[in-house]
Amino acid sequence: MMSFLRLIDITVGYQKDNTVLKNFNLSVEKGTFLSLLGPSGCGKTTTLRLIAGFLEPLAGKVIVNEIDYTNLPPHKRKMGIVFQNYALFPHMNVFENVAFGLKMRKIEKNEIQRRVKQAITMVGLQGLENRFPSQLSGGQQQRVGIARAIVIQPDLLLMDEPLSNLDANLRLEMRNEIKRIQRELKITTIYVTHDQSEAIALSDQVAVMNEGKIQQFGTPQEIYFNPKNRFVAKFMGFQEIASGVVKEIFQNHALVTVEDKVMQTRYTADLSVGERVVLVTRPRKIKIQREDGQNAFCASVLSELFQGENLAVVVSFQDKQFVVEMYEQRELPEAEKIFLHVSADDLIALKEA
Amino acid sequence: MLFVAFIILLGPFLVIFFASFEPTSTLRFPPTGFTLSWFKKVIAMPMFQKSFLLSLRLALLSSFFALLLGVPVGYLTARYDFKLKRFIELLTTLPVIIPGMVAGLALLKFFVLLNVFDVETTLLVGHTAIVLPYVVRSTVASLVNFPASVEEAAMSLGATPLKNFFLVVLPNIRVGIVSAFILTFITSFNNVPISLFLTGPGVSTLPIVMMTYMEYYYNPSIAALSTLLIGATLAVVLLAQKIFGISKLL
Repeated sequence: MMSFLRLIDITVGYQKDNTVLKNFNLSVEKGTFLSLLGPSGCGKTTTLRLIAGFLEPLAGKVIVNEIDYTNLPPHKRKMGIVFQNYALFPHMNVFENVAFGLKMRKIEKNEIQRRVKQAITMVGLQGLENRFPSQLSGGQQQRVGIARAIVIQPDLLLMDEPLSNLDANLRLEMRNEIKRIQRELKITTIYVTHDQSEAIALSDQVAVMNEGKIQQFGTPQEIYFNPKNRFVAKFMGFQEIASGVVKEIFQNHALVTVEDKVMQTRYTADLSVGERVVLVTRPRKIKIQREDGQNAFCASVLSELFQGENLAVVVSFQDKQFVVEMYEQRELPEAEKIFLHVSADDLIALKEA
Repeated sequence: MLFVAFIILLGPFLVIFFASFEPTSTLRFPPTGFTLSWFKKVIAMPMFQKSFLLSLRLALLSSFFALLLGVPVGYLTARYDFKLKRFIELLTTLPVIIPGMVAGLALLKFFVLLNVFDVETTLLVGHTAIVLPYVVRSTVASLVNFPASVEEAAMSLGATPLKNFFLVVLPNIRVGIVSAFILTFITSFNNVPISLFLTGPGVSTLPIVMMTYMEYYYNPSIAALSTLLIGATLAVVLLAQKIFGISKLL
């Protein structure tokens, strides 16, 4: 059985030498919630627009459900799209907005009534059918956007940063709503975002993208705990704390020489002895201690900042500056030298290049 | 300051307004009495009737054709990138830059060389040409405030490009189009320089007839006619303002 959505060797660009995506491949199984995660300009929105049919690739194929969609115009595809700016029809009320897609498909009137009502109930907007978009809050507008997209029972639900225009609290609430709706409808969803916590919380699978390429593809757990390269690690909140050379490789861990010390680390991608690596970890996993010890090294303190929840200490080691977050212990030891300890499970060695 | 501005803006119109009720046969301010006979006279004059109808036809038809051509062209320039785009943008600014007289002369040469249309058709083509840029510019300006993603939403929901245009785009740029229509109607109706070159024997627009008339007769009938025209224009604008609230766009 082939995947439900397949992008095969896609090249998208404005000129031949200026491509956004090059030889891009992606497969999504039916019913999956996939996030395309990456910084702006990484090609994630381009990928979404390609699937929607707003862009035609210079080369490659878009296959949905075994049908070649590559040159099919958007209105002949069956895609529900949710936009960052909601993109509701300003001259139509909530009911008419949601009914639009069904009217275009010439569905019978009673059936439209029934399905629109069902979709509006699903997003929790009962009673607001006669309001116009300008009379709704941002969160409500996006609910209309979602209802409008799902009412046509699309093959794919495409979401382009749907929560970016909402304030922080609402974003969390809507995140749960989106997950609930997607689970209930079991609808194949492609979700574009630059917010790693959103991608982690919502997705079955995450594709981290940069410079038009998928840097890593996997479950949220894999991406969150086992980044395979420096870009993914940085994007998922790891920071680089040291660089060194691989000394020995074991089945579950590696030994890395950092200056005059040997650090025990995990690794997520193949390494070879003698290779230059950087060590990454999360700010909260670093412990500050007075004395040297196993998996510890000496660093100097640059500044400290009380953040309420924790004390953030900026330290430097080698040519790197990074943050240590102290949660329990709230004062720096009064010593000339401080030592940083990271347990081997929390430390990952990644290829420098 | 405000008072001076009022005088400069409104003064001439008030003078014309009052002068049109002058009972004697010379233009005078302040009027020496009150009569409506000049109004009756101009309304009854076949010369004015005929040219008024011509001007009305021209204004309506040239606005209609300008909308028919200008709205799609404006839509394309606002939404798509293509080679001629810059050129079209430049074209739409020309009537502001090129003096009407020059444009009129150019059109005259052009049609004399072509020599295929009768006078009224020539006038219609000329008027359409000068009002077309207003429509294009107004359409582009309306679309700037209308996100392209709304159209993408429509198409993803199954709207063909044509349905998208009529059901989604048009209703949302309606105000811009109505204001463009008022602007083109008034521009065409009041136009002198283009019409001056393109009118022919027996076929003349109202402003041209008024100018010619004034060269021979200096009596309050012209003031009465002007008062009628100002009144009609004001009525149209106020009506549109009442229905569409377009004062911001004009």
